[in-house]
Amino acid sequence: MYRPHVLVCCGTGCTSSGSAKVIETLEAEIAKAGLSEEIKVTRTDCFGLCTVGPNMIVYPEGCFYSKVNVDDIPEIVAEHLLKGRPVKRLLYKKPVEKDTITCLDHTDFFRKQKRVALRNCGLINPESIEEYIAMDGYEALGKCLTEYTPDQVIQTILDSGLRGRGGAGFPTGMKWRFAAGNRGQVQKYVCCNADEGDPGAFMDRSVLEGDPHCVLEAMAIAGYAIGATQGYIYVRAEYPIAVKRLEIAIEQARKYGLLGKNIFGTDFCFDIELRLGAGAFVCGEETALMTSIEGKRGEPRPRPPFPASKGLFQQPTILNNVETYANIPQIILKGPQWFASMGTEKSKGTKVFALGGKIHNTGLVEIPMGTTLREIVEEIGGGVPNGKKFKAAQTGGPSGGCISAENMDVPIDYDNLIAIGTMMGSGGMIIMDEDNCMVDIAKFFLQFTVDESCGKCTPCRVGTRRLLEMLEKITAGNGTLEDLDKMEALCYYIKNNSLCGLGQTAPNPVLSTLRYFRDEYIAHVVDKTCPAGVCKGLLHFYIQPDKCRGCTACARICPVSAISGKVREVHVIDQTKCIKCGSCIEKCKFGAIIKK
Amino acid sequence: MKSLEELRAIKAAALNKIGICNDDADAVKVLVGMATCGIAAGARPILNAFTEEIEKRHLKNVAVSQTGCIGICQYEPIVEVYVGKEEKVTYVKMTAEKVARIVNDHIVNGNVVTEYTIGAATINK
Repeated sequence: MYRPHVLVCCGTGCTSSGSAKVIETLEAEIAKAGLSEEIKVTRTDCFGLCTVGPNMIVYPEGCFYSKVNVDDIPEIVAEHLLKGRPVKRLLYKKPVEKDTITCLDHTDFFRKQKRVALRNCGLINPESIEEYIAMDGYEALGKCLTEYTPDQVIQTILDSGLRGRGGAGFPTGMKWRFAAGNRGQVQKYVCCNADEGDPGAFMDRSVLEGDPHCVLEAMAIAGYAIGATQGYIYVRAEYPIAVKRLEIAIEQARKYGLLGKNIFGTDFCFDIELRLGAGAFVCGEETALMTSIEGKRGEPRPRPPFPASKGLFQQPTILNNVETYANIPQIILKGPQWFASMGTEKSKGTKVFALGGKIHNTGLVEIPMGTTLREIVEEIGGGVPNGKKFKAAQTGGPSGGCISAENMDVPIDYDNLIAIGTMMGSGGMIIMDEDNCMVDIAKFFLQFTVDESCGKCTPCRVGTRRLLEMLEKITAGNGTLEDLDKMEALCYYIKNNSLCGLGQTAPNPVLSTLRYFRDEYIAHVVDKTCPAGVCKGLLHFYIQPDKCRGCTACARICPVSAISGKVREVHVIDQTKCIKCGSCIEKCKFGAIIKK
Repeated sequence: MKSLEELRAIKAAALNKIGICNDDADAVKVLVGMATCGIAAGARPILNAFTEEIEKRHLKNVAVSQTGCIGICQYEPIVEVYVGKEEKVTYVKMTAEKVARIVNDHIVNGNVVTEYTIGAATINK
């Protein structure tokens, strides 16, 4: 049994460049080193890289030495074969291809990004607290506990201008200050909202899966700031990997004494528990979330009282979103001025977006506030695929609205998005092209809110369903212009009278599409057509006689035998039988079938 | 945890251990993106393939580790290779077959497998 195997090429090419001499020297050196019993030298045939011969491969590693010189043999034997350290200088070097980007950091996708909340995601092992500590982890908590008073911590967060990343954008420092009274005299709680439910959004999941300790650290800092001893993370059960990594992180933090009693040798005690959500969208609303943590049915309640005075178990509570927490340790370490230097006047720092839909580069992007949609779509996202035209970006999920092409150069921040009729939301961003019907998009989101409405208040429970029915009527081709006005009035009614954020924002997708794409609604109700070709109720399939070759392919694929015609004659679709499945369009080789 | 000094001692020890920041020019770190997106795209067999290949070749200075979401989900599974202080290399749409070649060409012989990297995957095209 030999330890390493050395394969030396003895093909014609390498023989003529001197491999026989190489083998001779190699065997002599191996014998001299007393390794003849351990190392096997094998003569092989051509490796195929004759220009750089003599060639030699050392296994088990697979090191490829090229242009092996007799003078280099002693070094290879002494360093590699004896000590197991490959001689890098002598390894074969492939010519460098200059034009290819090999590192993600140099791609357009990454260059415009600025990673604060995601700084450790994709860099550290999320199941190792040591790696988090190596990246300055828990340093911010230590600094707060040993150098800052709780009020100084709150002031730092206030100065940074950080606003809640969950959607509404309430200043985080203010939230903390409201809950800061009577420290040490009453039981208080710190909660983390990890119930990310917007379709298409996965920023919080990525933070929890990639860097769970930063959330724990920030919650402990929040606990110190307001005088709480207990934290709860409300996380969706649909995120099993995030849950597992959080459990591991909490266990490790307790073991290191970063959660528990007398953290950093001070009087501060803090612990965190997980609570799993069962998948109700409404539980992302703060009062419903806390009701659910209490073990009750997850339903919202009227505010005031606000959680800062009466929250979880009727005690003062602060609730922040995952991404909000992920910013906090960096703000403490680098200072509020550093954070406030990024972003726009009223929205500081960065925002993570989950970029999806009709875009080349889907994924997670973190950009400074004030970046324009054009930069996100065209530079970071790499544009809309298949040469299609950008139509709109949907932000904020079922609570948000659309940014149309005319607003692509508006700097994205909380206030600008509100001004153009949408909202930041938690950060889902779905890009749509000319093939998306905006009425259909509004219907999709309404369907979602109808399903997720908890039913406690009538405007939301009944109002959203009536709104959905109107949209269904329009997409079926039975709508009237009067319906559009009625719909708008109902939207404002739902917004003004619903109990919680879910109902108050549910009409936003409808209002926003009505504002920017009213012409599409009008096309549906007046012209009875769907310009994007999505709404089946308004679609008709036709065969263009001049293009049809009579190949019969469409007639054979049609599942309802709606297409008739003889071989080599023009075919016709029977509109009364057609179910608008689109199979014929896919099958036609001549592009003869159109839908309109 | 009793003091900041104690935390900093752990930090110093950990920095040396995790390889990204240590001074050993030969140390190699292989990071496999293993958030939900990566795992769904098949990151687990990739991680196993790296471990096996490295074991088979008796390579001692290579650490294989999981990490969170690298960010560009449509190119998952993604693997990033750090060799000493050189710039990291991002490999995309990984398969078990690609692993053997990356270990042999890049990790052992120092030749980046350009055609598997992010630049070759026609990003922005």
